[in-house]
Amino acid sequence: MSARLQRVLGYLGAVVVLLLGWQLLASVVGSPALPAPVDALTEFVRTFVPDLLPHLLTSAWRALAALTLGTVLAVPLGLYLGRSPRADAIVAPLIFLSYPVPKVVFLPVLLVLLGLGDLSKIGLIALIVFFQILVTSRDAARAIPAASVLSVRSLGAGRMQVFRHVVLPAALPEIFTALRIGTGTAVAVLFLAESIAGSQGLGYYIVDAWGRIAYNAMFAGILAMALLGVALYEVLDSLESRVCRWTKVGS
Amino acid sequence: MADLELRSVTHDYAGVGRDVRALFKLDLAVAHGEPVAVIGPSGCGKSTLLLLAAGMITPNVGEVLVAGSPVTGPRRTTALILQEYGLLPWKSVFHNAALGLEIRGVSRAEVQTRTFESLERVGLAEFAGSYPGELSGGMRQRLGLARALALDADLLLMDEPLSALDALTREDLQDLLLELWRVRGHASVLVTHSIEEAVFLGRRVVVLSPRPGTVAAIVDNPDMGERDYRGAPGFYELCAHVRSLLVQEGAVGRLAGTGGKG
Ligand SMILES: Nc1ncnc2c1ncn2[C@@H]1O[C@H](COP(=O)(O)OP(=O)(O)OP(=O)(O)O)[C@@H](O)[C@H]1O
Ligand SMILES: [Mg+2]
Repeated sequence: MSARLQRVLGYLGAVVVLLLGWQLLASVVGSPALPAPVDALTEFVRTFVPDLLPHLLTSAWRALAALTLGTVLAVPLGLYLGRSPRADAIVAPLIFLSYPVPKVVFLPVLLVLLGLGDLSKIGLIALIVFFQILVTSRDAARAIPAASVLSVRSLGAGRMQVFRHVVLPAALPEIFTALRIGTGTAVAVLFLAESIAGSQGLGYYIVDAWGRIAYNAMFAGILAMALLGVALYEVLDSLESRVCRWTKVGS
Repeated sequence: MADLELRSVTHDYAGVGRDVRALFKLDLAVAHGEPVAVIGPSGCGKSTLLLLAAGMITPNVGEVLVAGSPVTGPRRTTALILQEYGLLPWKSVFHNAALGLEIRGVSRAEVQTRTFESLERVGLAEFAGSYPGELSGGMRQRLGLARALALDADLLLMDEPLSALDALTREDLQDLLLELWRVRGHASVLVTHSIEEAVFLGRRVVVLSPRPGTVAAIVDNPDMGERDYRGAPGFYELCAHVRSLLVQEGAVGRLAGTGGKG
């Protein structure tokens, strides 16, 4: 059986288990706020193209843009700090002080500064992703064995070539792990940000349905949000196995 | 003219706790195309010696010259094969072997042909697409060698390239090293813990003193490279001689377990 098929079957199995659990819970609770999966799924299929899809696309775009932005800014800086003790001595205290601050508290500030649209949401999530990836890539760069760097330097590699041939590839697997964990946070924060302000995105859709006591629609939105999370995770996973092929050695 | 010359070299490392003197007033000259083996107690500064010769570090005192000019950094046609970790696990066998050429900015087509040639030489051509993690210990050592060969080096510096190999693989690769030297005639410095390896591959065997390393003795080995040298009486005599020199330096306890002749 191919690995891909196995994976698809695994997902199918998990979906069945989740649906059964959901069904069980729904019949035990017996509240309209927790509709049966059949009702939610019917609503999902019925409204997907006309209503849900535009919101899903908006949310997906925000999440993707934020993840990309945060990563693209954090990786070079993190790797640089990890390899440059001098710069690290200056910047590390700043990171250690600001890393534990929950960035989500800046949502109101960002809403005022960047408006209620895409920008504030992308900015907030990018900020969170940025710090996670920054810390991860800095630590990964510090952990690179000196001998790996030495062997490449002995071939005449300059600073940039050491980055390209050693530091970046050595840190990639850990950066991908951090990113995959980051997608969970990103989707959660996206929900929060969209539910608080604006009139677009799945967060808005869910909370709006909730306000209208349209529980089936609310759950259709929740399903779409879950789908978004899974899709992001999968994209990263397949990207990782393409870019970091050597990590599959021996497995 | 010596291809590699270390003139009264002293080198100290700034350690975390205290400074460590690795080498003290070490003199060594390696002639053009000459294979030299270096042997000595653990920690006596053998790796340091190679790093100096490769231009990776500069001596605190003294001079390092290659082909007559002072070494200031890595040189185009010096190849250094490190004790361990020389290979990059994220690069395929091909790209590991090609790394030196790629860093030197050699054209794509030339990288292709020279890399395949050298992989061919060490018998790894069919593994070009594999990763180092998929190779055996002996194959990894050969890959390290292939990278050096691709550079077309005239000075080959090797830091215990064959340690951690079983006896048969080891002899196999010693034969390969000898054959490569015959074909290409590069100067080489081979650091090893094995007395037999030193005598098999060194036209001169340099014995270093315990740290701080300095040259304790140099043993001439004119018959090195002759047919079936490993079985010749002269080979055993020389091994015994080197061994006695190492005993004088108090180094044999460490050597007993690492492939020295028992
Ligand atoms: N980067 C370093 N920082 C501080 N001290 C070092 C460093 N590298 C080596 N030394 C010290 O210098 C001395 C010589 O080290 P070197 O690695 O050259 O020894 P060696 O002869 O290659 O040993 P071995 O046979 O075990 O490989 C050692 O005592 C070691 O403690
Ligand atoms: Mg050493």
